[in-house]
Amino acid sequence: MRAVGIILAGGNNNRMKELTNKRAVAAMPVAGSYRCIDFALSNMTNSNIQKVAVLTQYNARSLNEHMNSSKWWNFGRKQGGLYVFTPTITKDNGYWYRGTADAIYQNLDFLKKSHEPYVIITSADAVYKLDYNEVLEYHIRKQADMTVVCKDLEPGDNARRYGTIKMNEDCLIEEFEEKPMLAKSRTISTGIYILRRRQLIDLIEKAAEEENYDFVTDILIRYKNVKKIYGYKIKNYWSNISTVDAYYKTNMDFLKPEIREYFFHELPRVYSKVSDLPPAKYNPGAVVKNSLVASGSIINGTVENSILFKKVFVGNNCIIKNSIILNDVYLGDNAYIENCIVESRDTIRANTRYIGEDGIKVVVEKNDRYIF
Amino acid sequence: MIKKEMIAMLLAGGQGSRLGVLTAKVAKPAVSFGGKYRIIDFPLSNCINSGIDTVGVLTQYQPLRLNTHIGIGIPWDLDRNVGGVTVLPPYEKSTSSEWYSGTANAIYQNLDYMSAYNPDYVLILSGDHIYKMDYEVMLDFHKENHADVTIAAMPVPLEEASRFGIVITDEEGKIEDFEEKPAQPRSNLASMGIYIFSWPVLKQALQDLSSQPNCDFGKHIIPYCHSKNQRLFAYEYNGYWKDVGTLSSYWEANMELIDIIPEFNLYEEFWKIYTNSGVLPPNYVSDQSVIERSIICNGASIYGEVHNSILGSRVRIGKGTIIRDSIIMNETEIGENCVVDKAIIAETVKIGNNVTIGIGSDKPNKMRPDIYNSGLATIGEKSVIPSDVQIGKNTAISGVTSKEDYVGGVLESGETLIKAGER
Repeated sequence: MRAVGIILAGGNNNRMKELTNKRAVAAMPVAGSYRCIDFALSNMTNSNIQKVAVLTQYNARSLNEHMNSSKWWNFGRKQGGLYVFTPTITKDNGYWYRGTADAIYQNLDFLKKSHEPYVIITSADAVYKLDYNEVLEYHIRKQADMTVVCKDLEPGDNARRYGTIKMNEDCLIEEFEEKPMLAKSRTISTGIYILRRRQLIDLIEKAAEEENYDFVTDILIRYKNVKKIYGYKIKNYWSNISTVDAYYKTNMDFLKPEIREYFFHELPRVYSKVSDLPPAKYNPGAVVKNSLVASGSIINGTVENSILFKKVFVGNNCIIKNSIILNDVYLGDNAYIENCIVESRDTIRANTRYIGEDGIKVVVEKNDRYIF
Repeated sequence: MIKKEMIAMLLAGGQGSRLGVLTAKVAKPAVSFGGKYRIIDFPLSNCINSGIDTVGVLTQYQPLRLNTHIGIGIPWDLDRNVGGVTVLPPYEKSTSSEWYSGTANAIYQNLDYMSAYNPDYVLILSGDHIYKMDYEVMLDFHKENHADVTIAAMPVPLEEASRFGIVITDEEGKIEDFEEKPAQPRSNLASMGIYIFSWPVLKQALQDLSSQPNCDFGKHIIPYCHSKNQRLFAYEYNGYWKDVGTLSSYWEANMELIDIIPEFNLYEEFWKIYTNSGVLPPNYVSDQSVIERSIICNGASIYGEVHNSILGSRVRIGKGTIIRDSIIMNETEIGENCVVDKAIIAETVKIGNNVTIGIGSDKPNKMRPDIYNSGLATIGEKSVIPSDVQIGKNTAISGVTSKEDYVGGVLESGETLIKAGER
């Protein structure tokens, strides 16, 4: 127990379009059985970090429901546990979280009362597996003031939505640009940081004094030439989901055998809330090719290159291609869905046709259930 | 004082020897059913869904799987500050120590457990039936009739009635007589082995019959209560109830789940069946796969064909393999280009490539024709089957087998292959 964890899960992102009308990005369902925050929470528990704070703000209802017990991730211990911090009005403060640094500042007591020497900060909108202890060892070895976990961008991905990093040969960070229009580097920050708890408290308090509220621009970038900030490069899978395209791509990555093996079968496992649904049922007429099907689903039609989340009903003669159907969707007979993301808890009436012509279409109908 | 209106005592100590190699290493209530479930999940879920939060589970035969499955009862919400689920194995006493020698004897040995909750009523259940039942409705019936004992009973076809314990009742449901497996049944109401006792009545009967060897509810306690002119009632139940005590009934009950609208519907929201399954990824179906009329659990990876089958969690089916009319339990891996017909393959079995199961004639098993007689090939848990072998019908396999165990690469119908150290 050398570190406490902080998971920043307050964010919204308008590039998620309608998908975040209902929930924070951290609560987005991923890969059939999980929600995005499960990856950060599982990494914490698998790294033996027993005391974790989740900072939420934007539309946290789904997220709170998901975290209604900390048992699912093996928290809920006498020593440590899972703490969910939403903004509260206090004697000294009546603001929402004005930024990531402010969010930590408003919960500084959590850090001050802890005794663990280090803090691991991570965002909750990425899909990855990481043993934070490896990063911590690196951080100690480098005698760094702060370590930023970074990754080389996949070919084809645009650096514009990330913070880009330039390091020297010793991995000391020399330049850090937040969401540059023209990036000087293909190495990006994953939004995972490690630093000493005392150091973090000092930095956050100083930022608050100067009325600065953002962790990246007001702390990381301002201090990069003053403090020794190192980069720790990861090679394994890491994918941020916070645009519609990235969300779609990340989910579809799970149709690749190596990604499935890595997340679904290799240890350590990814934990989530158990939903007690019966197994998936394939009725006569079901034709399923290269797809993931979660529990509680009933299939009567055709499903190709798609991901069906929990409790999806596919009617007779339906055709679903290259699509993501979120939890608890009822698709009436003969529906045709291609290149779409169908929002959860919806009913798609019989004979409906949706095709994402240029790009992925987000389908939200908000129909009542069982009226066709 | 701690007080619970009704507590449940769940008898889960039986071997279920008629399930052959399936129960060689696990108690019958811990045998998996319907993919992700185990048989005991049904009575346990019924308890919590009926508002009973105190359940004693009596274990004796091979309890390891059962104990790890139940844990502290989290999946059934039976982790409670007061009450919850308690596993009750036989224990040593200062003057004697004995195993549970009968259903009622097992309950008798746990009088202290029951007394601790000061119940008004005690529900006796067995851990080997598949059904959904609201015990609270049965309790209401018990109270309305001011009964001392209420026995759940269901109508069965008269020609089958001679296989059951039969109760004979008047119009109000008051029991007038019993018959255990009668040749000429006078009624078609079969006892389901589910009893509600008023606590003082149960306590008295257990103490009075404490010296009875192999004390059993059906054989001793119920007739004793009847002989004392106590008020015994039959609570008629008309829903789905299945005894899965034999390989064929186990196989049939599983297969009924894959009907389009199964009589026993797991997809209903209002009476959920809970189980300890861990967090699992969705199942994956490859682009060469064909799946029809099957249920497939989370974490399974299917690269071949699956017809009319039940596949458990994390099962892997290789490319070119065809599975028909079979039950494949959790974590089992089947290689490429196999053909499996009418087989029950238990948990964590490894099967090589080009294996054919379920061929040949329907000869009954030579060693145990009473168990393996319905044309099924049965493979026990953690077995290993090498590549390129053929396995007939009514066969039983258990243990790590190698090519040399199969004469000419074949295990003929009716043969048994149980490796040393296995049973």
